[in-house]
Amino acid sequence: MTLPRGLYVAALVALAFLVLPVVGLVTRAHWSTLWSDLFAPASLTALWLSLWTAACATIVCLVLGLPLAVVIARSTTRLAGVLRTIVLIPLVLPPMVGGLALLSLLGRVGLLGKPIFQFSGFSLPYTSAAVVVAQAFVALPFLVITVEGTLRTSGIGHEQIASTLGAGRWRVLGTVTIPLIAPGIAAGTALCFARALGEFGATALFAGNAPGVTQTMPLAIYTAFNGVGITQDSAVALSLLLLVSAAVIVGGLRAWREDAVR
Amino acid sequence: MRLPRRAATATAAALTALALLLTGCSASSGSAATVSGASAGKASPGKPLIVFAAASLQGSFDALAKSFQKANPEYPVAPIRYDGSQALATQIVGGASVDVIAFADQQSLGPVTKAGLAGKDTSFASNTLRIAVPPGNPKGIRDLSDLTRPGLKVVICAPQVPCGTATQTLLSNAGVQLTPASEETNVTSVVTRVENGEADAGLVYATDVAASGGKLDGITPAGAGKVVNSYPIAVANKAPSPKAAHAFVSFVLSSAGQRILARFGFGKP
Repeated sequence: MTLPRGLYVAALVALAFLVLPVVGLVTRAHWSTLWSDLFAPASLTALWLSLWTAACATIVCLVLGLPLAVVIARSTTRLAGVLRTIVLIPLVLPPMVGGLALLSLLGRVGLLGKPIFQFSGFSLPYTSAAVVVAQAFVALPFLVITVEGTLRTSGIGHEQIASTLGAGRWRVLGTVTIPLIAPGIAAGTALCFARALGEFGATALFAGNAPGVTQTMPLAIYTAFNGVGITQDSAVALSLLLLVSAAVIVGGLRAWREDAVR
Repeated sequence: MRLPRRAATATAAALTALALLLTGCSASSGSAATVSGASAGKASPGKPLIVFAAASLQGSFDALAKSFQKANPEYPVAPIRYDGSQALATQIVGGASVDVIAFADQQSLGPVTKAGLAGKDTSFASNTLRIAVPPGNPKGIRDLSDLTRPGLKVVICAPQVPCGTATQTLLSNAGVQLTPASEETNVTSVVTRVENGEADAGLVYATDVAASGGKLDGITPAGAGKVVNSYPIAVANKAPSPKAAHAFVSFVLSSAGQRILARFGFGKP
């Protein structure tokens, strides 16, 4: 089927809109120092921290988000509307505010954090776990909304047949529902991971900025960007590194998803 | 059915982008037109003066702007833009429109001067570091060496920013090796963390403690007097309102301006 020609023009504009700023970023890079900036121990520490915290956050989102997505997709229209609005909260909040909200709940003087600190002497801010919490908070909507949408379009026909054939609830969920929506789960996971990897505001406020502990790539980039001269060049190099890593991982997840479709 | 829907989304996205671009353009040209129209019509005040000031100047510069405004009603002042000096420098080098530049150290003005965007700068104030603690100093901190106590959450500025550079010098002069809970990109974040009780202590400017209104106690560490940050002020070379900019800088350097700065805890330049 052929598309109207005007559509290609519009699509091209959209693509250019996304790609050209990145081209601009690349032109700012100083190629002579790029390699040393990229493989400086500080950059690799930040990259490694970013990758494993984002992976943990994605797992947290899968564990918490999948059940929520299933519940929303199978609730009445009114309840689903309410639940969906709640899920969107982290998307609407500026991430900084999200960080402030987390701090108000889990900080050393926060609603839950204060009794925990008084009881055990443990406080979440300034730890790598806080980074995971901040990332999971902002990334969760991406997983839930994607999976919920897939569930809704897949319908409940297959499940109904499975249960009339005598399959129990867990068996229907495990052998019919989940395989049906696997592509949606993969897409949601990729989105969720990408969002966690790029997370900045909530992490900065809730987890702080300590190299090796809470300084993820976006924070390292921002810190470097706040410096004079040389450090600003390394900020650009770090941005490119983050961009390439994200593209490789998200692209990989998408390839896996296409396998799942076949 | 899949393709058309996808295509429709793409078109919608592209059109939204276009619409954003177009409204952005027309809005800016529209406002520019009204401004020039107004100034041509009658001798109304010109464009408001744009001041970029370091985060640590918050409060003092609001007061300075207010007094300046009172003394010179013909020069309106736009709300002052406060941020880390480096963040502001990046914006200025990136083409931000600015009249007066006031930074927390000489070093961060470097890139702006190098790009030929700032005129000759003058030092207008100085600041030293203090240890900020919650009121009453619950952890009994007396000097820099106390900050290394295990279990203590200490927050400082990142070494890349002016307050952080000063912090590193102060710590290395004292021979103290500190593992901070967090390195903030501007001094205001350090202040906020100590004020909120999320940190036990932080290294901030003397003026921050003075401006906290009792929410912070300050301890002057040994050797603080040897690490002095000198604050430069300059008129931007591409200032949209150069006359007002020069008037503002003169006011900051005048005895009235210096009195206001002293009231906020700044030292003499």
